[in-house]
Amino acid sequence: MSLDTVSIAQSTPDNVQPFAELGLKPDEYARIKEILGRRPTSSELAMYSVMWSEHCSYKSSKVHLKQFGDKAPKSDALLVGIGENAGVVDVGQGYAVTFKIESHNHPSFIEPYQGAATGVGGIVRDILTMGARPIAVMNPLRFGPADAADTRRVLPGIVAGVGGYGNCLGLPNIGGEVVFDETYIGNPLVNALCVGVMKHGDIKLAKAAGAGNLVVLYGAKTGGDGIGGVSVLASETFGSGGSTKRPSVQVGDPFVEKVLIECSLEIFAEDLVVGIQDLGGAGLSCATSELASGGSGGMQVALDKVPLRDPSLSPEEILMSESQERMCAIVEPSKIGRFLEICKKWDVTVTVIGEVTDGDRLEITWNGEVIVNVPPRTVAHEGPVYNRPMAQPAYIDEVNSQKVNVPMPNSAAEIKAAVLKLAGAPNLADKSWVTAQYDKYVQGNTIQAQPDDSGMVRLDETTNLGVAISTDANANWSYLNPYQGAKLALAEAARNIATAGARPLAVTNCLNFGSPEDPGVMWQFAESVRGLADGCLEMGLPVTGGNVSFYNQTGSVAILPTPVIGVLGVIQDVRTRTPMSFTSAGLELYLLGQTQEDLAGSEWAFLHGQRVGQSPTADLAREMRLIELLLEGNAFFNAAHDLSQGGLSAGLTEMVLRHNVGAVISLSNPAVDLLSETPGRVIVAIESNKTSQLQALATKYSIEISKLGTTGGDSLTINESIISLSELREVHTSTFPRLFG
Amino acid sequence: MRVGVITFPGTLDDRDAARAVVAGGSEAVSLWHADADLKNVDAVILPGGFSYGDYLRCGAISRFAPVMSLVIEAAGKGMPVLGICNGFQVLCESHLLPGALTRNSDLHFLCRDQEIEIVNNTTAWTSSYKSGEKIVIPLKNGEGSFQCDDNTLAQLEGEGRVIARYVGQNPNGSRNLIAGITNARGNVVGLMPHPEHAINELTGPSAQGLGFFTSILNAMVK
Repeated sequence: MSLDTVSIAQSTPDNVQPFAELGLKPDEYARIKEILGRRPTSSELAMYSVMWSEHCSYKSSKVHLKQFGDKAPKSDALLVGIGENAGVVDVGQGYAVTFKIESHNHPSFIEPYQGAATGVGGIVRDILTMGARPIAVMNPLRFGPADAADTRRVLPGIVAGVGGYGNCLGLPNIGGEVVFDETYIGNPLVNALCVGVMKHGDIKLAKAAGAGNLVVLYGAKTGGDGIGGVSVLASETFGSGGSTKRPSVQVGDPFVEKVLIECSLEIFAEDLVVGIQDLGGAGLSCATSELASGGSGGMQVALDKVPLRDPSLSPEEILMSESQERMCAIVEPSKIGRFLEICKKWDVTVTVIGEVTDGDRLEITWNGEVIVNVPPRTVAHEGPVYNRPMAQPAYIDEVNSQKVNVPMPNSAAEIKAAVLKLAGAPNLADKSWVTAQYDKYVQGNTIQAQPDDSGMVRLDETTNLGVAISTDANANWSYLNPYQGAKLALAEAARNIATAGARPLAVTNCLNFGSPEDPGVMWQFAESVRGLADGCLEMGLPVTGGNVSFYNQTGSVAILPTPVIGVLGVIQDVRTRTPMSFTSAGLELYLLGQTQEDLAGSEWAFLHGQRVGQSPTADLAREMRLIELLLEGNAFFNAAHDLSQGGLSAGLTEMVLRHNVGAVISLSNPAVDLLSETPGRVIVAIESNKTSQLQALATKYSIEISKLGTTGGDSLTINESIISLSELREVHTSTFPRLFG
Repeated sequence: MRVGVITFPGTLDDRDAARAVVAGGSEAVSLWHADADLKNVDAVILPGGFSYGDYLRCGAISRFAPVMSLVIEAAGKGMPVLGICNGFQVLCESHLLPGALTRNSDLHFLCRDQEIEIVNNTTAWTSSYKSGEKIVIPLKNGEGSFQCDDNTLAQLEGEGRVIARYVGQNPNGSRNLIAGITNARGNVVGLMPHPEHAINELTGPSAQGLGFFTSILNAMVK
């Protein structure tokens, strides 16, 4: 196999290149030739193909995502916004927090353990790259039907992978979701969120500034894993006698990443880097072009210096390899000595592979021959942009015009049966089988974790400053009305941190959808983005970053539109948080908010095979008043718990089982009261002498309240239905062990 | 009272252990695996984590770290040594304690609040507890099933060297519900659950793990 260099490319303009096999469209290939004034070399073609992929370039979503900037609310908290590896917000006391959520859906379907593991690894490096110490992770997961054979294949592997990697990094896993729906059967969703903390002055950016500064690659050696999409390139064009097709799923080594984290934090602490970028999707292609693009543009890299696990790799493969646990830093020559020393202390492989240059070209050589010479911005930031056709899918009018028609419980026996049915439903059942495989205690700062409404970690042991995070999505509502669905998910996530007493501050998102080439899916996506952007503007919460995952579909069946929204909030003193449940008898239980007959998209309707009707309409002004009420009530609430999937029935189940203290509840319209999922509702528990205080808050914030009952006893009693806690617990906790062993 | 906390590559609970040491009333001194230097500490803790990625076998590589030869030597002279979780595994690999920790019987990593009973309160690390006292502290590991041969088990039981047992259902298949053991002298203790994660009710299930870190003060006063 021969090396394709820039000079060869100039002299052989008509060589046929496998651009289509690499996923580039003819006009995209033509544009590359126009940018370069010649045909690209095979290495350049490799770089453009991965960087202009949907995953890296956001070419189908960009035109919509810019709303997050256009509609951004004014926020003094935002220190670094969209575009960097992760957004950064000011949380006070000199601390800055960075958080982001990403998807690793397709790899997790193919190879559940490694796919999920490297999903965690990738997002953790994004957070580290900002200069922050990662302090917690969360994993919203979605699967096909709980009893489907393939779910039994992917779920245990994905859960073990999330745990295997995160546990070994020493990151507490503080929350997430586990949701089942038949549309996820061939497309499980593995979303991974990481949060990190640093001091304001420690923020790092991906930029290669200062001619003469060194480009340093450190961490794991580069192997042939994760080349997937370009296997055609690897096997056909570049030497049929060489390496065979590579595994397309990256293989993670959490031990290497843990050492990389500690090594990097020590390097950051001594202020040894000018700029830094992790190697994730698109590997070195991405890191070099983004670093160069973030600086003045000039960079020279000697690709043959990259340490390899597999010496047979071609330059094209090295550029595209997604081997995990690698970082690329820009270091001043005067500081390289100390940089190398710290790497040596941690036994981390480190190599100077190039330097920042004057000018505006990224030049990559292979044994002295120039194989890449490109303007880096055209690779990293000026990829194609598509305004794809979109149209409201036909199903919308059809499902919206129908009404949910499900049996509603009336007698005491029917009410009991309904509560138990929901308590044991896979979407609402106890998730300990999953979360017990995650370390929630490491680092010693975890205040809340699943099954709490949100995850909460302490940032400062002296002042007790903390942050809370919740991720939420209601794909049933998004299916019925993607615009409202996104707003409702935002409101739910914000409410879930406010119940604990944390004030919402910023938003991240992971937008999981089907194929953008389907106009109906594109419409779902556009409506979701519009809803989220409008919602964030109204609630005054900036979007700090996020991730889009398209092509989640099997054949013509797309997944439900699943925008997962993460909201981060601040709590000044974690010791004052309100827990999600009560520990004593004799407390009064109140419902904040009014229950309407909202069965469309509810778990009860789902359990009866119905996904029709109209989703609730988000009233964000009211949600914001409710949040203010919760924050003020935090001073005297004994417990506060958000109502969402499964409505009051699920909310009460979770509360009474948490500390094994029952409740006696009286409902005027038990069927609707228990099963409806009207948004913006919270159960609070208070001492009986605090009733007038609660009433005053309700009046102040114009939130309807009603008394539900009192705590105590060893059963959940609803009108004449008596459900013993032991029976309720058995039903709630046996589902996962029964399904997954 | 200076208590050293060793950091191996892949150690995770070192800062937690140091925090617990301070909460227990001692000074925490950080020790580095590659330094053959115990920095004049009076006691040593090997914290939890995945040292060297737990490759080969849990604790098998850490056992050869330069700092460990000093720990083995000091332990032989009576210095109090506590190995928690991965630290327990390292102590077994170092032959400071008998037996081995193997995969949990259900093959899953398990993180949960675990009740244990302190059954020997005469060691350097358990004297703050009453014999028979039951405490709840986190258990979190994938390889926590204590195994040894019948003779060793008889010896451990016969000499009262089991220091803590799981209460209720066996969480991981450990023989005789063993959660922790000590050496013949009572200065070296290995414990699978994590007392350093139970030093207050804000961040742990209880404050009942603190006793391990206050016990060490008693050991020194004696």
